[in-house]
Amino acid sequence: MGSVADMPDALGRFGNFGGRYVPETLVHALEELDREYSNALADPEFAATLESLYTHYVGRPSPLYYAERLTDFCGGARLFLKREDLNHTGAHKINNSLGQALLTIRMGKRRVIAETGAGQHGVATATACARFGLECVVYMGEEDIRRQRPNVFNMQLLGAEVVPVVSGSKTLRDAINEALRDWMSSVEFTHYCLGSVTGPHPFPRIVRDFQSVIGKETRRQCLEQLRRLPDLIVACVGGGSNAAGMFYPFIGDEAVALVGVEAGGRSARLGDHASTLLYGKPGVLHGSFSYVLQDEDGQTADVHSISAGLDYPGVGPEHSYWKETGRVAYTSVSDRQALEAFQTLARLEGILPALESAHAVSKAMELASQRSKEEIIVVCLSGRGDKDAQEVARLLEKTDSLPGKND
Amino acid sequence: MSTIEKVFDKLRKTGRKAFMPFVTAGDPDLGFTTELIQALSDAGSSLIEVGVPYSDPIADGPVIQASYTRALQRGVRSGDVLKSLAGITPRLSTPVVLMVSYAIVFRRGLGEFVDQAGQAGVAGLIVPDLPIEECEPLREACDQRGLDLVQLITPTTPRPRAIRIAQAGRGFLYYVSVAGITGERRELPKGLVENLVWLRGQTSLPICVGFGISRPEHVRLLAPVVDGIIVGSAIVRHVAAIGEKPRSRILEEVRDHVAELIAALPPSCD
Repeated sequence: MGSVADMPDALGRFGNFGGRYVPETLVHALEELDREYSNALADPEFAATLESLYTHYVGRPSPLYYAERLTDFCGGARLFLKREDLNHTGAHKINNSLGQALLTIRMGKRRVIAETGAGQHGVATATACARFGLECVVYMGEEDIRRQRPNVFNMQLLGAEVVPVVSGSKTLRDAINEALRDWMSSVEFTHYCLGSVTGPHPFPRIVRDFQSVIGKETRRQCLEQLRRLPDLIVACVGGGSNAAGMFYPFIGDEAVALVGVEAGGRSARLGDHASTLLYGKPGVLHGSFSYVLQDEDGQTADVHSISAGLDYPGVGPEHSYWKETGRVAYTSVSDRQALEAFQTLARLEGILPALESAHAVSKAMELASQRSKEEIIVVCLSGRGDKDAQEVARLLEKTDSLPGKND
Repeated sequence: MSTIEKVFDKLRKTGRKAFMPFVTAGDPDLGFTTELIQALSDAGSSLIEVGVPYSDPIADGPVIQASYTRALQRGVRSGDVLKSLAGITPRLSTPVVLMVSYAIVFRRGLGEFVDQAGQAGVAGLIVPDLPIEECEPLREACDQRGLDLVQLITPTTPRPRAIRIAQAGRGFLYYVSVAGITGERRELPKGLVENLVWLRGQTSLPICVGFGISRPEHVRLLAPVVDGIIVGSAIVRHVAAIGEKPRSRILEEVRDHVAELIAALPPSCD
């Protein structure tokens, strides 16, 4: 593999990005996690256990599905969906939560904490904890609890405690702050199961590696089903875990174009979107040096997205690196466009995508219509949209008030 | 000798200990912070730690978080804090140390931030989200300009690492009493005194202990084994009541509380 794939270095750097900008209290636990992860990688038993869980518990491999009617509708390149929505718990998040649950057990810890935005990572972590008899506490912003209510009940049914976060913007960023504060006081017996490729080293690497099963399967399925690699792969990017897992195994395949789609929200004005790579600057947030949406003083900016899972002012450091090296192209899709794609996929393919994934679907439809019928586009359908059905219904009622109708 | 080193040198020669209060800059406004800093200096503080409001302070408990939020809502930014300090430090007998997130320092640019802090009369920086692996560029910038970059050691720091941190330290070592966030605590953790005694044997740098300290009995317990005591949330909590009481009353309460804590420090030998 090329040098772009041989990241991070020992200090957790992807080029200039990454690192470990955390209070001293957490450094020891991060070093312990790094060590334990290296040990796990060297242990064939670990890989075998995880693979067995993926097969028999998650239902992997997830299908690579040819979206024929969507392809016809767009009138261009053939569109394939990597169906992470069909995983147990309905999203890609379970790939990572199970891996980290196994690491928790290896470290002899009994308590797991997690942050969640859309609730998908919270549900996945609550599920993994139930499966292994671990105590689970999930921090979730009050605003996200409102708009992702079904997932809150799911987490509680799975035996997790859901702690509402009322500080700041009451969304994912504040949930991460609270989880980190919990970890500061509980680090000796608690593992923080971070849900994205963000945060201090070694999280960006660990989460990317666990999610890489998406890209590895896709690569194999393309070769088996299509006899060749795709021309283009599209994935949505909030913190960036499904995109990192999808892209990473293709990084060395120069002929495969990679497109990350951020949340364009209402407009390009700071506060109206969550397009960190598109409009942000390198800076420090939540323990990592990466692109971030901040004001000139370094204060984290408020962000907005229709999708709770993309509503985050930071992004994984490896995405910043891929942006700077030009390996991945990053773009954005507005709230309105995502909502339209949500409905189109539902009606044409009988699939309700998560609002997060609907961003990727929207961009893929646009790109497909500009490309020839011989070309192949793969979309990472990172999660299912049941959790969003109520919120979408509410939004559609007032849809004429959403800006960007003529985008 | 740096400004901070001089403070501890003088204290050691007379067998006294440092009292270092923490205040949030701009809570509820910079005018009040200026009055508060003056009052704390007059009350006998050896150093004053000034917190620069930050939107995502993960090492801070609810009291200091809320104070940062109040200040930020009033529009207080790091540039305003430094400008305000520049106006007060020339006539202040007590040196000021800045507690600031690396997010803020980085956004301004390391050299420029340290330049401006130096021009504002700041004697040192405490950057709570910058462990030793990442601190080199900022420490160089501080060293070049005569400011001390203070390092932190916590109960979760393994001892060999604590020694490495002490070697990288400047001015004094900030020993965090608890594995956790800032905030007042009824009881201090077991083993704290023992850990401090061990650290005392490893370094010649002054050691100050903070996090969770609010009561005279805490001060009496810890002062004999350290060079200084840091008190944060207990002071910020007085300020939080500013909507309910006159400002003069708040200043009085802080003065009384600080006097009580300073009185619990061991008496000087001279």
